[in-house]
Amino acid sequence: MNIMTEAGVEQKLSSATNAPSIKMKGEKVSVHYGEKRALFDVDLDVRENQVTALIGPSGCGKSTFLRCLNRMNDTIDIARVSGKITLDGEDVYDPKIDVVELRARVGMVFQKPNPFPKSIYENVAYGPRIHGLARSKAELDGIVESSLKKAGLFNEVKDRLLESGTGLSGGQQQRLCIARAIAVSPEVILMDEPCSALDPIATARVEELIDELRENYTIVIVTHSMQQAARVSQRTAMFHLGYLVEEGATDKMFTNPDDKRTQDYITGRFG
Amino acid sequence: MTDAISSFGAVGRPVSIHTDDAAKARLKGRYRTETWFKWLGAAAVAVAGLFLVLLLSTIVTQAIPALRQNYLTLPIDLSAAKVDPAKLDEVNYDAIAQEALTAKFPDVTSRQDKRLLRGLISTGTGVFLRKDIAADPGMLGGTVDYAVPLDDFADLYLKGLLADVGSDEAISTSVTPSQTSGDIDLTFGDDAMLALARGHGATEGENGRLTLTSGASSLLVAFNGGTVKLTALSPAANGTVIAKGTVIEALDSTAPAASGQAFLRVIETPEASRKISDKVIVWLDTLKSAGLIESRFNSIFFFTGASREPELAGVWGAVVGSFLTMIVTLAIAFPIGVSAAIYLEEFAPKNRLTTMIEVNINNLAAVPSIVFGLLGLAVFLNFFGMPRSAPVVGGMVLALMTLPIIIIASRASLRAVPPSIREAALGIGASKVQTVFHHVLPLAMPGIMTGTILGMAHALGETAPLLMIGMVAFIVDIPGGFTDPATILPVQIFMWADFPEAGFQQKTSAAILILLVFLVIMNAIAVILRRRFERRW
Repeated sequence: MNIMTEAGVEQKLSSATNAPSIKMKGEKVSVHYGEKRALFDVDLDVRENQVTALIGPSGCGKSTFLRCLNRMNDTIDIARVSGKITLDGEDVYDPKIDVVELRARVGMVFQKPNPFPKSIYENVAYGPRIHGLARSKAELDGIVESSLKKAGLFNEVKDRLLESGTGLSGGQQQRLCIARAIAVSPEVILMDEPCSALDPIATARVEELIDELRENYTIVIVTHSMQQAARVSQRTAMFHLGYLVEEGATDKMFTNPDDKRTQDYITGRFG
Repeated sequence: MTDAISSFGAVGRPVSIHTDDAAKARLKGRYRTETWFKWLGAAAVAVAGLFLVLLLSTIVTQAIPALRQNYLTLPIDLSAAKVDPAKLDEVNYDAIAQEALTAKFPDVTSRQDKRLLRGLISTGTGVFLRKDIAADPGMLGGTVDYAVPLDDFADLYLKGLLADVGSDEAISTSVTPSQTSGDIDLTFGDDAMLALARGHGATEGENGRLTLTSGASSLLVAFNGGTVKLTALSPAANGTVIAKGTVIEALDSTAPAASGQAFLRVIETPEASRKISDKVIVWLDTLKSAGLIESRFNSIFFFTGASREPELAGVWGAVVGSFLTMIVTLAIAFPIGVSAAIYLEEFAPKNRLTTMIEVNINNLAAVPSIVFGLLGLAVFLNFFGMPRSAPVVGGMVLALMTLPIIIIASRASLRAVPPSIREAALGIGASKVQTVFHHVLPLAMPGIMTGTILGMAHALGETAPLLMIGMVAFIVDIPGGFTDPATILPVQIFMWADFPEAGFQQKTSAAILILLVFLVIMNAIAVILRRRFERRW
């Protein structure tokens, strides 16, 4: 967990210029919810400093796959995950892996903005505080400020950092949640339909933000909006009925997909 | 809807299944049902409200007399001859106070009457006097005017609760006594008294003689500085009436009282059916008209412990007992209940065992409270040998009873915290414990507090389980600690309701009122907490 260091950031930036390496890798990932199987042997790579979009009709398993990446499925009692998911080559489902550390490295932004009912400052500062990332109040203030700046929210809230985070507008709340995720300095950020509860203007701001964040973070985003996937992602994976239908560069997926189902879904013939 | 014309509605559109007559009838029926239910609901609320008002007004009207106590001011002789300042504890203060009282009525000579007279002041007088002298030795050395509490019967009479007393009416004829004391004859100038006596339950004898037995109202004639109780009346020559009577207070002279100079006092309740004799009534009225009796705020009731004497009985011992018991209950039930709720809701795996535990906790909330009392008796007293009647045991028993309520309320409010908050915390790498204690618990706290306060209010009003562990004992001392014998408010109410003395009736209601005040305060706190800290997501 030395990603805070200058060297770590440098290394990331330099690697972004070359051919993107694989940050997370799913091999034959299957998920059962009790008797029901939700995901069938999905093989999917997430490349570093790229935005990977997961698309597909409702109930196709894209959110389930996303939640496997930081083991959020652990919180569902009946969920059972098989297969292998690696982060930088380490199996995240290895019993030796600490799930708290994993979630610090793989942050998450949810569908509905869910700030803590605390002050804006506390919302952002909570993560660094529990992980002990700041040694002093000044350092913590610095993390909060830079996180809010990266999330493009700082100018809007700098005068009311101590007001409740739930008092912000929907779009601001979602950017606050992104700032909260960034504050822990994760390597990967998972976003589960981050714009579904937002109006078009707020959506545009968040999309812009995602594009900026790509420089420093690896992002996986689940979206129902084809345009959004096309706008923000470099790679797209199409899910259907629990299967990974097709995966590839976004340009290719939206212009010349291999699978007919992808073609139909993208052109709005189903889903 | 048989002919073609009526197949069009009033506005000219075709009649559909939503606009035809049958539909209108259905709609009307629906509105009728709605109105009906509205009225039914309103009636139910009104009836419930009526009962509540009835209950509260009964309690309040019963309780109000207990809030005041009548005191008699007596010149108490505390000169060195009576009280040796060196041996304050050996002085019979009661006797001194009684002497001061009997000195007010020099013509009361018989032993029986003297005892009756002494009984006018509370048996606790000596104790109060001793305490006050100890606090203020400056009282010693002379005669001081000191207010002593009246006995419960005297007090109740003065509050108008023992006998129906008519007002003093001037007698519009002359009254001539034969003697100034003892059994005497009274000659009334006209026969108006005869009709009056008949109207008040006198029994008719031979030759028109009327006898006023103890089953009839008491007719008291006051004149010449004394009072005579009429026992019999017979018509005499010249339209006069000769009455036999007993002098209660000696007359100054045998001079005839002119018309309007004598007064008739009727005590409607017959002497046989009241707990206070005519004599005592006359004495009290004399003391009252001399300005020696004063009604004061009843500090004895609020600030002393229990007593067999109604005028000395106070609620403070029970209040302190309740308070100590509640502290124990809260200290045990709150942490255990909340921890259990957190574990079951946030950490426990959902399997058959936890389901069974859950079902049983819900069942425990429905167990009759006396069963918890039996459990306390068997386990805490018999097995662990803990002290009887102690708040610590009472608190433990009530804690057992309150636990399921707190657990259920806490689980409900933990469940009400949206899962998005948990996900948010887990998503940035908070551990399960951090998630619960940093985010979920603070949000659930108002609900948990509300449930706890309501559970505590429930426990505060509980009587049955505490009877089993001996908190029904008659305890005079105010408990000073958790292991001192104590009783609690509802049990005190239960005991007072059981006492035969009339004076305890008002005390019972007043104690109920105090209990209700505590319950209302606790519920109000619960409501405020809920309002204040309720969060919306």
